[in-house]
Amino acid sequence: MSVETIAGVPIDLNEEGFLTDPRQWSEEVAVELAKREGIDPLTPRHWEVVRFMRSEYEKKGAGPSVRVLGKTSGVSIKELYELFPKGPAKLAAKIAGIPKPRGCI
Amino acid sequence: MSDTITKVSIIISKGSLEGIYPGLIMANGARAEGIEANLFFTFFGLDAINAKRLGHIKVAAVGNPGMHMASLIGVLPGMSAIATRMMEKKMEAFDIPDIPEFMEMIADTGCGMFACKASVDLFGFTKEDFIPQVQEIITVGEFYAKAAGGEIIFT
Repeated sequence: MSVETIAGVPIDLNEEGFLTDPRQWSEEVAVELAKREGIDPLTPRHWEVVRFMRSEYEKKGAGPSVRVLGKTSGVSIKELYELFPKGPAKLAAKIAGIPKPRGCI
Repeated sequence: MSDTITKVSIIISKGSLEGIYPGLIMANGARAEGIEANLFFTFFGLDAINAKRLGHIKVAAVGNPGMHMASLIGVLPGMSAIATRMMEKKMEAFDIPDIPEFMEMIADTGCGMFACKASVDLFGFTKEDFIPQVQEIITVGEFYAKAAGGEIIFT
């Protein structure tokens, strides 16, 4: 656990850099977190996935796996990996300020 | 050695359901973590990429202590099919894709897929026997070249 100033606001992060409190998230924080992961700028397609992650988290209490993302977000698995080469579900969750999805598939 | 894994090459050498899934799950899971991954299919593992066979992969009902069933029962006609159907139902309930869908999905993640030349020659296959996601038929030497700089996992 650590506290870092992101986009001018103190944010609580876990060891892997995920927000521990999704309520601290804002769009400015997302832009900054994406930059740290080498995604700059966040395109409208990135935003579509990030917003989808957040709304799924709000509905279900957990972010979806890559397979579920590919089936339900309207963005194919191929494109998901183009947008987030270092792991779509993991990175999109990080940028969306929600916990890392824990599915194995 | 670095303390993070950045690349894995996974060899699938068996043609049973329980012989194929672990390697596929590990390859897919590696890509989900942003780890570069290659799959190398050899010997009976070639069934996993055989266009005519990958939809009919069965659980081994004989000589498989994990089945908790006497091998004498396992030899009865249809036992393997019954065991496979039970397993597939369970997997569906846990939202695990069947092998054809899983192979497509793994290819879409950008995982490399290769067939072992020695096995392909031995069984008399050609590239046309395999699903289109298979990029190349390669020798063991070429496999090591592709696996260079990463971990190798044999299943």
